[in-house]
Amino acid sequence: MEQKTRINAEDGKQELVITREFDLPLELLFKAYAEPDIVEQWMGTKVLRLESKKHGSYQFETSDAQGNVIFRVNGTIHEFSPNRKITRTFEMENTPFGVQLEIYEFEQLTDNTSKLNMHVIYESVAQRDQVLKLPFAQGLNMAHNRIQDIISKLK
Amino acid sequence: MNLRRDVFQAIADPTRRSILLLLASQSMTAGAIAANFDTARPTISKHIQILTECDLLRQEQSGREIYYHFNPNKMKEIAEWLMPFAKMWDDRFNKLETIMKKYKSKK
Repeated sequence: MEQKTRINAEDGKQELVITREFDLPLELLFKAYAEPDIVEQWMGTKVLRLESKKHGSYQFETSDAQGNVIFRVNGTIHEFSPNRKITRTFEMENTPFGVQLEIYEFEQLTDNTSKLNMHVIYESVAQRDQVLKLPFAQGLNMAHNRIQDIISKLK
Repeated sequence: MNLRRDVFQAIADPTRRSILLLLASQSMTAGAIAANFDTARPTISKHIQILTECDLLRQEQSGREIYYHFNPNKMKEIAEWLMPFAKMWDDRFNKLETIMKKYKSKK
């Protein structure tokens, strides 16, 4: 299936833009970002706190299948305009990736379709590039773990 | 290939990107490439050397001349580098869409 998500990460810039069109009315798309129990479902993370309002804060916790906490993220919400815009900070705790600024813009296309524009600004170009490489590295790690699993069963 | 060279570092430089663009449609000698730039010839040679070490350019001997041409496979590798990141977000958003469609029909 073709990817509907567009990533624009220009060389040498400390920002990136992620855009996606949804087959959902604007209100439902925004709800997916505002309601803790819905965020939990699609992000696959536990929502420890999510105060969807100006000056509110949030904290999410992601665990592996065995229940071990892999990482926690937190941030502060600077703007919360229903069905329009969310501005927040994002920090992965205990990692060298620093704090990033995230600007989410929600736009109605038709009665049943909507668009999300996610603008992420990092502390430096190097940090952005590191974050971009993360899923790539995770993919490699997963392959390694699988090989290790197979090998350990052979022993 | 010289392992000191990182392909992402290679394309981070604007002159090197211009050289890649020049060679995208035709093979050229180092002299012909340099003629397109105001920069000193040894500087352009250095850029060509870096691009060649990274496998972005290939050399081909033709009589007494060495022609450089562009290696599209290496460029494809660079484009694929962003793919896992894009895929991660695409998967997440697909899930969001599925969940919210169910949410809508529940109401």
